[in-house]
Amino acid sequence: MAGAPRRGPALEGLRGYRLIVGMWIRSTMTYRTSFFLTTFGQAAITLLDFVAIYIMFSHVDALGGFTLPEIALLYGSCSASLGLADLLLGNTDRIGARIRDGSLDTMLVRPVPVLAQVAADRFALRRLGRIGQGLGVMGWAVWTLEVDWTAGKVLLVPVMVLAGAAIFGAVMVTGAAFQFVSGDAAEVQNSFTYGGCTMLQYPPTVFAKDLLRGVTFIVPLAFVNWLPALHVLGRPDPLGLPGWVAYLSPLVAFVVFLPASLAWRAGVRSYRSTGS
Amino acid sequence: MGLYLAVVAGGFRRYATYGTATAAGVFTNTVFGFIVAYTYIALWDERPGLGGYDQAQALTFVWVSQSLLAAAALIGGGFQEELQERIRTGDIAVDLYRPADLQMWWLAADLGRAGFQLAGRGVLPLVAGALAFPLALPADPLRWLLFLVSVLLALVVSFALRYMVGLVAFWLMDGAGINVMATVASIFFSGMLLPLTVFPGGFGEFVRTLPWAAMLQVPMDVLLGKHAGAGGAAEALGFQAGWALVLLGTGRLLQSAATRKVVVQGG
Repeated sequence: MAGAPRRGPALEGLRGYRLIVGMWIRSTMTYRTSFFLTTFGQAAITLLDFVAIYIMFSHVDALGGFTLPEIALLYGSCSASLGLADLLLGNTDRIGARIRDGSLDTMLVRPVPVLAQVAADRFALRRLGRIGQGLGVMGWAVWTLEVDWTAGKVLLVPVMVLAGAAIFGAVMVTGAAFQFVSGDAAEVQNSFTYGGCTMLQYPPTVFAKDLLRGVTFIVPLAFVNWLPALHVLGRPDPLGLPGWVAYLSPLVAFVVFLPASLAWRAGVRSYRSTGS
Repeated sequence: MGLYLAVVAGGFRRYATYGTATAAGVFTNTVFGFIVAYTYIALWDERPGLGGYDQAQALTFVWVSQSLLAAAALIGGGFQEELQERIRTGDIAVDLYRPADLQMWWLAADLGRAGFQLAGRGVLPLVAGALAFPLALPADPLRWLLFLVSVLLALVVSFALRYMVGLVAFWLMDGAGINVMATVASIFFSGMLLPLTVFPGGFGEFVRTLPWAAMLQVPMDVLLGKHAGAGGAAEALGFQAGWALVLLGTGRLLQSAATRKVVVQGG
């Protein structure tokens, strides 16, 4: 059939995503004071985690053998990654509420992929607050640390933030898919994203080995920032992994999206409307 | 009085229907408990006795915090967003016609919510923590009783603050900004990030006099026996009760100023 050139579903999804995001940004900007307050507040809330670490360091010189700038690198990179994932995909956790109130049905009949609609749902530009704050702390860390910068290490820093965001994104999509089965269990997802980030802002030496194995080989959060950052800092991995695994983050991010997208498809296919 | 008790029961039952969400919350509180517990072990290994706590007491602080977090709405949640929504849509006009006091109504509903979350989301994480780490939980039943009274006062102080946050919607229309700022304050000044006794010098002394201290730090110290003797306990509970009265009173003033402002649009 001849006609307008067909766009692929991925492009179609991006276009839909962009349109919905634009709508939410315009709507947010109606209450401008509130927008600036929430963006600032979002940055302040996450910055307070760092203030707590700073207060800890008013009593100690090292935590788990790591100094304050070293922890700042971990803290800033994971905060920026999570913020980025949260900005782009964070509202997927609202799917449970959508399933419960039946408004997912409306999304299924629209000519835009459901994932794009769910991800753009109530797009929250205020989440720039967390990203900015994370990048700020990370910048301070990079400035203060005495690292033997090689080309590989310089490249590794931005790659770490982007791959980290992709890994968190995959966790969010998996969590959203899980809500098709579990109903409203958004908080389980939060344990892996926000909880994961709380863990990753401290050095791996603080935690039990079994926990480290779990977040390296099962839910590969260690690739978000621990492994790349340890390499940048020239420190050995407590699990004894070789140095080159630090560069695997993008590959890991790509690999974890496979089960995530399969889970999402299975979730959407199993969906039975509540009928309300 | 009977009316408000019914509202308390209603608040309790309403949250009791969210079974999956409660289970998810228990899971989350437990995961966070483990993460924070390991960081505290690293910190207290480095500095034993920091903030006046030994390591077992510090770990108790972590796990009891996780148990109180949802009940006292320390990281947000609770009723204030619902109140703001009613103000924004104008439904508040209906509430004002009810033969019940607005503030007491919401207090009763919030205590019901908190009661459920204390039981539903509070007990299991604490049990998990007690199984995995050596905690310093008291054996003295009187201490537990004092702790429960202190928790009740903490819930009232938490409510009184959030009630004012909710009422701000009468002036700002959209409450999202002020809600975030309120959450920032409660996370930092309640002792949830780090016990307030660890905060340095004069700043530490100052934050321990603020109302947020009454929401977590004080109940925790009552449980850990930091306020020794009848005088100490009376002082701790008196501090909480004082803030509860001041904040409830200020809330009432704000409420009467707000309700004078209400213009119900016909339609």
